[in-house]
Amino acid sequence: MRDRFISTATALLDEDPRLAVVLADISAAGFDSAAAAHPDRVLNVGIREQLLIGATGGLALTGMRPIAHTFASFLVERPFEQVKLDLGHQGVGAVLVSALGSYDWPAGGRTHMSPADVALLDTLPGWTVHVPGHADEADLLLRDAAAGDGLVYLRLSAQTNASARPITPGRFLTVRESATGPVVVAVGPVLDEVLRAVAGLDATVLYAATVRPFDHAALRTALAGRASADVVLVEPYLAGTSTPFVSEALADRPHRVLGLGVSREELRHYGTMDEHIAAHGLDARSLRERISSWA
Amino acid sequence: MTLTTADACTATDLAHLMSRMTGAEKHGPAASSTLDALWVLYDRVLRITPDTADAQDRDRFLLSKGHGPMAYYAVLAAKGFLDPAVLDTFGRYDSPLGHHPDRTLIPGVEIGSGSLGHGLPLGVGTALGLRAQGLTDPAVWVLIGDAELDEGSNHEALAYAGAAGLDRLHTIVIDNQSATHGWTGGIASRFTAAGWSAVTVDGRDHDALLEAYTRPHPDRPHAVVAVVEPKN
Repeated sequence: MRDRFISTATALLDEDPRLAVVLADISAAGFDSAAAAHPDRVLNVGIREQLLIGATGGLALTGMRPIAHTFASFLVERPFEQVKLDLGHQGVGAVLVSALGSYDWPAGGRTHMSPADVALLDTLPGWTVHVPGHADEADLLLRDAAAGDGLVYLRLSAQTNASARPITPGRFLTVRESATGPVVVAVGPVLDEVLRAVAGLDATVLYAATVRPFDHAALRTALAGRASADVVLVEPYLAGTSTPFVSEALADRPHRVLGLGVSREELRHYGTMDEHIAAHGLDARSLRERISSWA
Repeated sequence: MTLTTADACTATDLAHLMSRMTGAEKHGPAASSTLDALWVLYDRVLRITPDTADAQDRDRFLLSKGHGPMAYYAVLAAKGFLDPAVLDTFGRYDSPLGHHPDRTLIPGVEIGSGSLGHGLPLGVGTALGLRAQGLTDPAVWVLIGDAELDEGSNHEALAYAGAAGLDRLHTIVIDNQSATHGWTGGIASRFTAAGWSAVTVDGRDHDALLEAYTRPHPDRPHAVVAVVEPKN
């Protein structure tokens, strides 16, 4: 997915003179050819993440459409005040594209894990958050983000689904319908595990490659006509991050929410991504147990 | 004295304009440390007027040191960006003039500031953005304080700007010796070590400020350290 980001962004730089890519050493080698073609629009500030976001804000102030990229930990968490002030408070837009997400490089440990990135952005107004589950979706969502003017976070991950889905930016996609049982909202790369988990169970599955804004209408439509409103969220970042948005969407009716995702506690284990997915209970077998025992 | 047109304003009118916010004709050093540096910049250097406040090729001034913006607001009023009557509303709920400025509320204000250490990185990005659009003439000016220089984000920005040779970027450091641990070796040395041109001048001397502001600095960004009386 990160490779696709680099190739798509490189192509977009050729097409749109308004675009600039701002880097802080991470992925910089991948942009060598783009930097040679567009030396004033591929900008590597070095290992300086406050400047990464500050310069991104400055570029936007001049009318450019900046795309800033590094690992999620250093894109959202480390320079969070810059995200708050140098983008949102200045009233400008930007595209932030992260890599590594929550558990992509477990051998790298806690310093390179950012399960709280989406929750942090939820404290700020105006952010669109895309969590693609496949490189083709990342391509589509990046193109959509680059063409716009707003604040967009594109969260790339090493975990992917086997195939891309026919997504529309900003909308949930119904991938499995059932007249009864819970509605499961699967965010980005957890979709395949969710579909395996609910095989043979009564459950509707909505796929969210865009999770902010949260598609209230899709959730309400999926629950229309049901006696109960049971919603399971499966998110590849901090568990329960989207729970308030479900509550908001269903404020007028009784509902239950099960928020599954990355646990708040540090695992303090290295190992592989699959081991961490299982440790957080996000593998198909764990998800099936947790969903069926709750529903 | 009543100010009716910006053209009528001179440096001596600024004290009156400031008094509309502070209620006193005489101000402490903290409120006015930036006053002369700002006045000379707006009066004799910056190519920006209320009519060109949105022009893409305008010079940009970014007030990073958002604390104590009364001098800034007074200069903006003197130059016609603000109706002087608005100064009387300073800090009120419906006023565009806060104790830290908000760019979305005040014409001609390039950035909202208040949290220290944001202006110079934003200025770096502004200089980069203008260069990327082929706008190599507009100058970008950022004003910071000597205590604000404590913030690490400034050092990220000044190191990069020097290395990148951002020759349209300028920084004014108002030095009222308020940094808790001082700057051993001098503030200018931080900039020159990073590849900037830098000069230190009396921050109350208008001719010296003008000379420092307009000194050529080919291929490198330029810093002017404007020394004023100590804050304490």
